[in-house]
Amino acid sequence: MTTHTIGKSVPRKEGRKKVTGQALYVDDLSFPEMLHGVTVRSPAARGKITNISFDGDIPWDEFIIVTAKDVPGANYVALILNDQPYLADGFVNHPEEPVVLLAHADKYLVEEARRNVHITVEEQPAIFSLADSLAKKEIIWGEDNVFKKFLVDKGNVDDVWASADLIIEGEYETGAQEQLYIENNGAIAIANANDGVTVWGSMQCPYYVHKALVKLFDLPEEKIRIIQTETGGGFGGKEEYPSLIAGHAAMLAWKAGKPVKMIYDRAEDMVATTKRHPSHTRHKTAVSKDGKLLAMEIDFVIDGGAYCTLSPVVLSRGTIHAAGPYVCPNVRIHSKAVATNVPPHGAFRGFGAPQSIFALERHMDKVAQAVGLSPEEFRRRNFIHEGETTATSQIIRERVDMDRLLTEALKLSDYHSKRERFARENNASNGRFSKKRGIGFASFMHGAGFTGSGEVYLQSVVSAEATAEGKVRILAASTEIGQGTNTIFSQIASETLGVDFDSIEIVQPDTGRVPNSGPTVASRTSMVVGKLVESAVLGLKQTLAGSGLLPAEYSEAEFKRACAGYIAQFGSLKTSSTYQPPPNVHWDDDKYQGDAYGAYAWAIYVAEVSFDELTYEARVEDFVALQEIGRVLNPVLAAGQIEGGVAQAIGFTLFENVVWKDGRMANNQMTNYIIPTPADIPPIRVYFEENPYAYGPGGAKGIGELPMDGAAPAILNAIENATGVSFTEIPLMPERLMETFIK
Amino acid sequence: MKYMVFLPSITGKLKTSTGFFMQIHFTVNGEERSVEVFPMARLLDVLREQLHLTGTKEGCGEGECGACTVVIDGRIVNSCLVPAAQANGAEITTIEGVAVNGELHAVQQAFIDHGGAQCGICTPGMILAAVDLLKRIPQPNESEIRNGLAGNLCRCTGYMKIFESVVRAYQK
Repeated sequence: MTTHTIGKSVPRKEGRKKVTGQALYVDDLSFPEMLHGVTVRSPAARGKITNISFDGDIPWDEFIIVTAKDVPGANYVALILNDQPYLADGFVNHPEEPVVLLAHADKYLVEEARRNVHITVEEQPAIFSLADSLAKKEIIWGEDNVFKKFLVDKGNVDDVWASADLIIEGEYETGAQEQLYIENNGAIAIANANDGVTVWGSMQCPYYVHKALVKLFDLPEEKIRIIQTETGGGFGGKEEYPSLIAGHAAMLAWKAGKPVKMIYDRAEDMVATTKRHPSHTRHKTAVSKDGKLLAMEIDFVIDGGAYCTLSPVVLSRGTIHAAGPYVCPNVRIHSKAVATNVPPHGAFRGFGAPQSIFALERHMDKVAQAVGLSPEEFRRRNFIHEGETTATSQIIRERVDMDRLLTEALKLSDYHSKRERFARENNASNGRFSKKRGIGFASFMHGAGFTGSGEVYLQSVVSAEATAEGKVRILAASTEIGQGTNTIFSQIASETLGVDFDSIEIVQPDTGRVPNSGPTVASRTSMVVGKLVESAVLGLKQTLAGSGLLPAEYSEAEFKRACAGYIAQFGSLKTSSTYQPPPNVHWDDDKYQGDAYGAYAWAIYVAEVSFDELTYEARVEDFVALQEIGRVLNPVLAAGQIEGGVAQAIGFTLFENVVWKDGRMANNQMTNYIIPTPADIPPIRVYFEENPYAYGPGGAKGIGELPMDGAAPAILNAIENATGVSFTEIPLMPERLMETFIK
Repeated sequence: MKYMVFLPSITGKLKTSTGFFMQIHFTVNGEERSVEVFPMARLLDVLREQLHLTGTKEGCGEGECGACTVVIDGRIVNSCLVPAAQANGAEITTIEGVAVNGELHAVQQAFIDHGGAQCGICTPGMILAAVDLLKRIPQPNESEIRNGLAGNLCRCTGYMKIFESVVRAYQK
């Protein structure tokens, strides 16, 4: 019982495979007689399909061809509203909509064939912007283009406007962002009536794919088997999309009677798969002369694209985070997810929160300025404390000290002296081309786990099984996508049992073998599923103790003997645990009031920027990320999550511009959609405050999405500090800066 | 070029200039190999599909991301941009050839110990670029590390732990 791994930087469980090139990703697998599948997509954004022709000098009789009429079961991707077809049936709603699938043994020929399928569409007017969708320029979805709306109403903002000292309004926009995992989406399927359907793929959520394929094939659950292969990054981009590509590969395999591999190349992955929802936010804030928030009215709208997919849930998280870590007696948040004729937007790290937090933290600087307070002082007067309530009237029951976090972060970043020095130097250089410098920050929180009653509905399960050799296997559907699931689960199990880290085995997520521990999303894997790992292995220990085989204090050898003894006597040893909500968590889904999340991570991010007046480039020069995330389970992995998230957020802010043309991404290449390179990222200095959370394993809270939230507003606040210009839209590209500053 | 033959059956119907096979000989990870390829086949595909060396990854197919990095005659290149014909007679090292007899290179060990690998898909290319950098500059400073790795993109780490891994590797 001397093993302690929690809190230590135990090396990544599958690290050796990854550094030697032995880790097998889906494109690294092949099967005998395997065919290669491709997707033929709509040529237009919206309209009626009038003809499909197979042209050119292509031996079409050698091809497997699948269209909507070949769909074995229900032609929709089962998710929330089931409105997205696997293959367009007579009508297309976005310019990358799948219409025809082809497979052939020769992967070069199948590419040539794809170019020779011609789909004729009688076009109908399409809409591509939030404004056109809201104005109902065309009705393209349902009765009013609205997938979902929420209203959060606390107090009554209308009673405040007339008497408030100051009312400050602002509008903010964020653009689409590509997840840009370096491994593209891909799947391999084997499917026939006898054996059912088996899919290997790059994915975050094997049971989402499972649920979708049960409907697609109209087969019993046990006839569908989904296996996650090593996954080269997800960031949300492999939350819901794999259901589509897995279904496509499986339908081709079903018709072919042979295995089918379908791997997107980069251009197809960028143009056709989900991206972060573009957003528009309007703030109206009433504040007293002494800088107390009196009322906040927030209008938050996101572009969901052509089908609903996960937009209601993204909207929910964005809505709940829209009022941030402040206490305000009157808050009204209206939010909407609307349809446009672009490929559906989907999950991306932060899941709506980076969008609404960007607006909020830009706006808070604006309000501070209007009341004549520093950004720091204004926030200090409004931070939420233990016992106070959020916008959804959730009483904060954990110890939270944003004041101290702010003091600490400003100290770590040398904020005050830099602000003073930059003001002096920027002023002195006026009139000459030079680099202006600025520093800014953002304060924010991020709720971990599913929103409201989500975790209760999920009813996640984890199992643990001991072998006769005394190894312990963890069975969960939670996937390793780079964030460290394998390592964290092994640490939790090893610490709980007091056995060696290497005695823990993580079973490959395979719906034929592992229970449904829920999707690998929402910063829930360590906090929620990790807790289930802890309970499941505790069950093992209790079973062994209860059978008299394991003393209260035991060595690793005694544990192994106990396992061997138990299995010899009873055949096997396996325990499971099911999610139990922490006490006092109540959520009202109709009123959108109550305990939105069991726990929040709290953070202050500080960005230092330079703005080059000659080239119009804004650069982040230094970055301090300070957060309280409960207990840190593995410092190297945790810091890796923060650094990676901040880098993605810097991309979101200054680099990553999706150029739209008639509903299509026009720059769907890594050559002209630029993500930060090793030369672009500033030092990212990561600091943790530890405040163990009673209901997380080892005291941990969620961490994965948090770092995506704060960088964008911190950077734009810093740019305002450097240049005196308040920008309200991201990505803020050099072109935009040039237009602003060129005289 | 040693010799050329016309492609049989299906592939022969491709109306491209790649409708030929040629035999190429090269050394891969110290082993002499000989394969029949399209002259314009991407070296990346030859390594992955014909030699089953799947540690070399495709990220973008246009030389931007560096996931397909290999070493040819002592220089790192993006194997997605190299026609197979050009590799004839070359000496090639892929990620599978970095560890010797199961013993990891200091860079590989450092990537494990210091968080240089997360999802692992950029890792083979990143490690080859780091090994190459340390060969050219045994003790690079921060800006040399940034420039040395600038051709390799990572979406997980934000690069900090990769830089640290490189430093730890040469400090060993």
